[in-house]
Amino acid sequence: MVNRLTLLFVILLAMPAGAIAAGGSQTLMHANNDLTNTASLRRGARNYVNYCQGCHSASFVRYNQLAKDLQLSESQMLENLMFTGDRIFDTMTIAMPADEASAWFGRTPPDLSLTGRSRGADWLYTYLMTFYVDEKSPVGSNNLALPGASMPHVLWELQGLQRAVFRDELDDGGNVHKVFEDFEPVTQGSLTPREYEQFVRDIVNFLAYIGEPVQLKRRAMGGWVLAFLLVFFVLALLLKKEYWSDVR
Amino acid sequence: MKHSKASASQYTGGRLAAFGNWIDDRFPMSKMWREHVSEYYAPKNFNFWYYFGVLSMVVLVIQIVTGIFLTMNYKPSSAEAFASVEYIMRDVEWGWLIRYMHSTGASMFFIVVYLHMFRGLMYGSFKKPRELLWVFGMLIYVALMAEAFMGYLLPWGQMSYWGAQVIVSLFGAIPVVGEGLAEWIRGDFYISDITLNRFFALHVVAVPLVLIMLVVAHILALHEVGSNNPDGVDIKKLKDEDGIPLDGIAFHPYYTTKDLVGITVFLAIFAAIIFFAPEMGGYFLEHANFEPADPLKTPEHIAPVWYFTPFYAILRAIPNKLGGVVLMGMAIVVLFLLPWLDKCSVRSIRYRSTTFKVALFSFAISFVALGWLGLQKPTSTYTWLSRFFTLVYFAFFILMPFYTRNEKTKPVPDRVTYHG
Repeated sequence: MVNRLTLLFVILLAMPAGAIAAGGSQTLMHANNDLTNTASLRRGARNYVNYCQGCHSASFVRYNQLAKDLQLSESQMLENLMFTGDRIFDTMTIAMPADEASAWFGRTPPDLSLTGRSRGADWLYTYLMTFYVDEKSPVGSNNLALPGASMPHVLWELQGLQRAVFRDELDDGGNVHKVFEDFEPVTQGSLTPREYEQFVRDIVNFLAYIGEPVQLKRRAMGGWVLAFLLVFFVLALLLKKEYWSDVR
Repeated sequence: MKHSKASASQYTGGRLAAFGNWIDDRFPMSKMWREHVSEYYAPKNFNFWYYFGVLSMVVLVIQIVTGIFLTMNYKPSSAEAFASVEYIMRDVEWGWLIRYMHSTGASMFFIVVYLHMFRGLMYGSFKKPRELLWVFGMLIYVALMAEAFMGYLLPWGQMSYWGAQVIVSLFGAIPVVGEGLAEWIRGDFYISDITLNRFFALHVVAVPLVLIMLVVAHILALHEVGSNNPDGVDIKKLKDEDGIPLDGIAFHPYYTTKDLVGITVFLAIFAAIIFFAPEMGGYFLEHANFEPADPLKTPEHIAPVWYFTPFYAILRAIPNKLGGVVLMGMAIVVLFLLPWLDKCSVRSIRYRSTTFKVALFSFAISFVALGWLGLQKPTSTYTWLSRFFTLVYFAFFILMPFYTRNEKTKPVPDRVTYHG
């Protein structure tokens, strides 16, 4: 009886998980980023401070934490990643006033400390890969992951410009929908497509890391905690068996 | 005085014993120890399902201790709350661990409490003489929901904000007083700094006090009537010459050592979540909650945290807002009435009819299905499914007096069994 009940309980628990796995949302590209790849994180940090930090703050991220996790010395940090007179114990804030930025771009560029957690690495990767030329947009470009994005295609010189091809499709209600088909290159970028993918992957990796700097440490620690609990479990079980030997 | 004299003989020889006697003459220390621990006789046939009571206590302690440490760095103001949580996650020593223990603890609390309640349903632990024990338990559940709801606003993320906005606005559906009531709860016309402050006060002081007092009442009531067991047998009927139930064993050392094993397994699961998947795929910590609350930007999909979604699905199943709110409330109220709805004298599902077994499992499936549906964006298929399962949920309770009145039960043994 108990075994059957327990089995049913496991099935009930697994039910929603299976259903969730079956349901998909809009298709995202796979970032395939690797948080244990310190070289990639360093390149990502470099790309980030050079191309993103002009407008985006990461105000919860502290430079000295970055130095520790990317295994960089204070002088390496100052020479390569810190250009605005920040000190090593400061956070990655920016000088651009939020109000004026809002007037210039239509909205204040968001702080990127937690974007890796709120949007996820795959979304960020897709976002940076799918900018396309759109004359109707005030910034001259649009995006598949975030239609109507107010951010221009900052990395256009690296990727080159591309045009999106859409086809019309009818839905059940008889309405016409634009469905994305493919990209057509317009101009060549300074990076090859492969190099650009890696460039974006490094930035995404960096953003995924700053979303939760402790994540590598906690995974490493988790194994030890579970190992301790396993040993403790054996001892607890032996103790229980000893006390229960006279029951029944 | 009689008791303290009896307990005084407990300690013999030595200074520590003298100290024990000194206390016992002034406070019923060893008397309480005997009544509630060393001479509390529990049935010896507890199975897997009987771990979840003690596990609820373990989670309660985890929540209180981690909660105390979180308040040391958390700032309950709309301008600082979100940043202070990130400060805890990044700059406070071990802050991330304390926060993840607390956030994981919230979800695990509901998991163990739901399983504990289901155990009660299966083995008839709510039946005479345990009606009040069940009612205290239900009050704990309601207090826990209030505690979780208010705690979820504190990180001040998008889901914190809009979840609270949606739930509090439900009170607005009540005729005449509704809008005023919602405003009174918020202290403002919308969820604001004022709301955050009062939710903080209620979350860290008021509701925990109520919870602890209710837990004490729950345990006192349990120890007064004695624990039920998987056979639903009353072990107090058959006692040996010393007055100890034949099927009873002392809580300590038997169940303390057994529970320690269960607690260790539970802590391993708990630790695995904290260290390897603290977000639990967006169910324990929702992705959208890593964006700071923005009163001007409504998220396209607002879903409460998973433990509320069965009731949220019932709410959405009804096209009328007031009707939905009333039904959602009723879904909790009917649980209180359970001891009086079940007319069958046999407690355990082991000796009850197939009808009851089918009814109980239909109920369990509808509860899980509603929980899943409450997480989805509403489509017409899902809405109809929600209506169907809402019907099953209520049918379990409303039809209970009829299908349990003349139930074909199997004979209940005199002694507990171990048939697996």
